[in-house]
Amino acid sequence: MSKPVLGLLLGAVLGLLDGASAYLYPYQDVKEQIIGIMIGSMFKGLLTGLATGYFATRLKSLPLGMLVGLAIGCLLSWGVVAMQPPGHQYYVEIMIPGSLLGVVVGYATWRFGRGPRAATTARA
Amino acid sequence: MLDDDRLAHLRAVADLPDLTGTRYRLIRRLGRGGMATVYLIEDTSLGREAALKVLSDPDPSGDLAARLVAEARLLAGLEHPNLAPVHDVGTLPDGRVFYVMKYVRGARLDAWVATAPDRPALLRLFVKVCDAVAFAHAHGVMHRDLKPQNIMVGEFGEALVMDWGVAKRIGDPGTPAPQRARSTTSGGGEAVPDGGDAAGGRPAATRPGSIIGTPAWMAPEQARGEVDGIDARTDVYALGAILYWLLAGRAPFEPGPGEETLLRILEQSPPALRSIDPSIPRPLAAIVARAMAKPPADRYRGAGEMSADVLRFLDGAAVEAYAESIFERGLRVFARVRTLAALIAAYIVMRVIVLWLTGR
Repeated sequence: MSKPVLGLLLGAVLGLLDGASAYLYPYQDVKEQIIGIMIGSMFKGLLTGLATGYFATRLKSLPLGMLVGLAIGCLLSWGVVAMQPPGHQYYVEIMIPGSLLGVVVGYATWRFGRGPRAATTARA
Repeated sequence: MLDDDRLAHLRAVADLPDLTGTRYRLIRRLGRGGMATVYLIEDTSLGREAALKVLSDPDPSGDLAARLVAEARLLAGLEHPNLAPVHDVGTLPDGRVFYVMKYVRGARLDAWVATAPDRPALLRLFVKVCDAVAFAHAHGVMHRDLKPQNIMVGEFGEALVMDWGVAKRIGDPGTPAPQRARSTTSGGGEAVPDGGDAAGGRPAATRPGSIIGTPAWMAPEQARGEVDGIDARTDVYALGAILYWLLAGRAPFEPGPGEETLLRILEQSPPALRSIDPSIPRPLAAIVARAMAKPPADRYRGAGEMSADVLRFLDGAAVEAYAESIFERGLRVFARVRTLAALIAAYIVMRVIVLWLTGR
């Protein structure tokens, strides 16, 4: 499986689970909006995975791939928090899992995804 | 009267190739093999160093010259990153046939191994050697004398398979191969003459009943002189012996006097790898065992297959040569994904901590 596709799938699945785990938080507003949170989290994971997978095809270093995953996960999570109305901006609850999710996706895509195929075109 | 030292010096000087009128300048001798000597030269036209291989001894029949030219042409037809390219072939002013090839800066495999590279580095280098041999097999050429002394490791870790002097083109009974009175290098044991026909006619290195190669590294069918039974799997055996040596630090069959080594190859099994070094993983030992199976039919069909199995081992995948138990499979899979498992565990731990903090 190519790195971007693997990132996309893994990001979506982990994002969905990450969103579902928000139900465990003791916030009533979160419990009421859990479906929306799960869909949003899945979309966030999907974007993180796609971007991380794309960068994984261009990076030759695993630590750098994980760092990029961390940065993308952190940035997108921050974007999600920033869009919430005042009083509902759960920075710690969203950004830390989102960032770590990026690291996981960054590692997995780099380690297990297939890189671009080498050009084998013969020249006359 | 000339003393022995002066006589030896005069002989050495007389042996030097006459490069008068050529674009080459002699720098120094690099080594001498059974039929040829290799010199380091400078190609003055291109301003680069190269290696010149020239016949060592007089060749009134012209057989050896034909073989050297055949070797050059064979090697020139194999363009691969792990094979030294041939730049030129011809006859020197002193009448000796020569060819010029890339001068490989680096160390011979046996010297490189002494620098104590780790096991993955050894295996990665071995895969490069397999790739070069597989490339030759794909072009219908068998090396027939693979051994650590015929493998060079370049300055940047590239592996080059050298000395294709006894190589054979599949289905070409007339392929010249040099008669080997002795091994090209020390440490690999003495090579046995191939019984070449020095009287003229077609070169007889591939004649039935002849033995070609270096005993310590040759396959049973080679040791028996079964020329017709030699194919790509014969090189696979030698690759297995090289991998054995890389892992164990010793050859599977230590060179012995006379035909003793050949008899050992035919009648005995090499000491089990894991009895020499228990840290050698079973799948790796199984790869070596399969490559060095006595019946060619039990070996890998070619160097490419063997290379693929070593790569599978390096990637943490199951190797074809080894039937692992469910427990071993579980351990291997876990070892492959342990970092991912650790990251997911870290995520769960973090989640629990955040939940605990927010729930307080």
